[in-house]
Amino acid sequence: MKQKFDIITSTCVPLPLENVDTDQIIPARFLKATTKEEKFFGENLFRDWRYNPDGSLNPDFVLNNPKYKGEILVAGKNFGSGSSREHAAWAIAGYGFRVVISSFFADIHKNNELNNFVLPVVVSEEFLAELFASIEQDPATEVEVNVPDQTVTNKATGRKEHFEINGYKKYCLMNALDDIDFLLENKDKIEAWEQKRV
Amino acid sequence: MANTLFDKIWDAHVVQNVSDGPTQLYIDRLYCHEVTSPQAFEGLRARGLKCFRPERIYCMPDHNTPTHDQDKPIEDPVGKTQVDTLARNAKEFGLTHFGMMHPKNGIIHVVGPENGLSLPGMTIVCGDSHTSTHGAMGAVAFGIGTSEVEMVMASQCILQQKPKSMRITVKGSLGKGVTAKDVALYLMSKMTTSGATGYFVEYAGSAIEQLTMEGRLTLCNLSIEMGARGGFIAPDEVTFAYLKDKEYAPKGSDWDQAVAYWKTLRSGDDAVFDKEIEFDAADIEPMVTYGTNPGMGMGITKNIPSLDQIEAAGQASFKKALDYMGFAPGEQMIGKPVDYVFCGSCTNGRIEDFRAFASIVKGRKKADHVICWLVPGSWAVARQIEEEGLDQIFKEAGFELRQPGCSACLAMNDDKIPAGKLSVSTSNRNFEGRQGPGARTVLASPLVAAAAAVTGVITDPRTLM
Repeated sequence: MKQKFDIITSTCVPLPLENVDTDQIIPARFLKATTKEEKFFGENLFRDWRYNPDGSLNPDFVLNNPKYKGEILVAGKNFGSGSSREHAAWAIAGYGFRVVISSFFADIHKNNELNNFVLPVVVSEEFLAELFASIEQDPATEVEVNVPDQTVTNKATGRKEHFEINGYKKYCLMNALDDIDFLLENKDKIEAWEQKRV
Repeated sequence: MANTLFDKIWDAHVVQNVSDGPTQLYIDRLYCHEVTSPQAFEGLRARGLKCFRPERIYCMPDHNTPTHDQDKPIEDPVGKTQVDTLARNAKEFGLTHFGMMHPKNGIIHVVGPENGLSLPGMTIVCGDSHTSTHGAMGAVAFGIGTSEVEMVMASQCILQQKPKSMRITVKGSLGKGVTAKDVALYLMSKMTTSGATGYFVEYAGSAIEQLTMEGRLTLCNLSIEMGARGGFIAPDEVTFAYLKDKEYAPKGSDWDQAVAYWKTLRSGDDAVFDKEIEFDAADIEPMVTYGTNPGMGMGITKNIPSLDQIEAAGQASFKKALDYMGFAPGEQMIGKPVDYVFCGSCTNGRIEDFRAFASIVKGRKKADHVICWLVPGSWAVARQIEEEGLDQIFKEAGFELRQPGCSACLAMNDDKIPAGKLSVSTSNRNFEGRQGPGARTVLASPLVAAAAAVTGVITDPRTLM
């Protein structure tokens, strides 16, 4: 959903696994909705890790551990690989995450997060390893994500890093605008381009 | 001056470069299936928009379609709603729709090329990561999310950061029993599932040039499994021969003009890529995967890596994968009992794949305990299987052909592998639960799949050739 970004300070949910693919984020059998039911997708985020086959909660999975909560998901390298399903981003947003921190994101999923006002923050391997350690030591560890300054801070250790986001997308996030708003504004350019091509 | 093929196609489609932002890229072809399009149509309605260039958009259901009794209503009410919704949306927005049982229906990435809808030099997108398939025609083709589908519907444009360019050269010639699928699985095993993230890949070299069009489609299809946005192959005589007389390909003098243009679509001799990698075809043997991502693959005669061969940060994921698969580090794969075999999908659901499968099973019998699903990628493929008499070979060997669709590749229809069962599959992903909750998937070529189907265990197909 469209929402404005500024500074987010939150505790984190750690998922220290690499190559978490979008089939794990939301399995294919939950893709049959024809509307953006974020609540439904959020309830089924990481479905097969979060629930046992009999439908009971898997107490070993991090989302079921009351020690860990917050608006920030911290995940291992190459998060969101595989299918282009935007349902994965809807599930993450629907669960209530506004930021995902990892050292590496798969391309399509990264765009899908941005298009749903979930901010993917790419940090160094060192920052990520230290953050996992901080959270393990103290689940109350907070992280500050400052969008105007493009910085991310592990408040347990004070370690701070710059993160990349292009100026256009940053403006969109801070003002709750999406790409379609932008494209609709310059239809004349598209028509002119089509004319020139012929 | 643009000198890679990727630059040539990309630059020819730039409407504008947004200041400190992405490129606004014009899209020649949008394909829509039933799973990733309904929310885009819903978005258009909410904004009171029409499709900007409806003639450039082609729709067909494939993910939910059952592979039997397609002439009857879909039994799963939710899947039926999704398929019906696509038909209704296509009608409302004035888009071409190849519905279930339409002679042109099938998996989008099989149907587009086989009808000449995907052409060299085009920009092609679809809400599906395997859109990279169409790159085999010499096009810039990539998967997008549903918000991006809505963008293209609304404006025929998309906002994208220009990816970096990579060239992967495979020199030499492929050996006996080694197919395009094995090349792709080999590249993934070397590159990992994120090794090409951020890049568009051009495949080149003699081993690539020697591939048939269908082999090229298989290879480009799997580009996403190395993380690449897309992969493509410069169009050549193989491409032109494949496209000639296809229904939507140009005809007459338009054809001559098109071919003259397509011949210019090559990277220059002095083209500079952000990254260049070279492999030798002689190093590639028939491949299988042993883990839960497509990069966890190996030559079929090799052993699963031992733990000390895996870097520290990846060990937790490696152990989790092997636990899920029920395999041990250092084990061999040959001889492992197989429960299910699936031949089909946008990766390996074309006529050559079924010819390859038939070449192994001809004169043999399906192993009694193996359940095998042969699912053509489209009705056109299904018709050709019958025309060539392959269906008789399958029947005599104890196999049954099903109707076209994505099927057990992602198990959105009834074709689910039960929990704990081991499946040898010609599809593209071995993720946990991909073929059904708890299903264990080994990715392989149609030859390896056929060898497993007749022997009941993982078998080097070269021993049956």
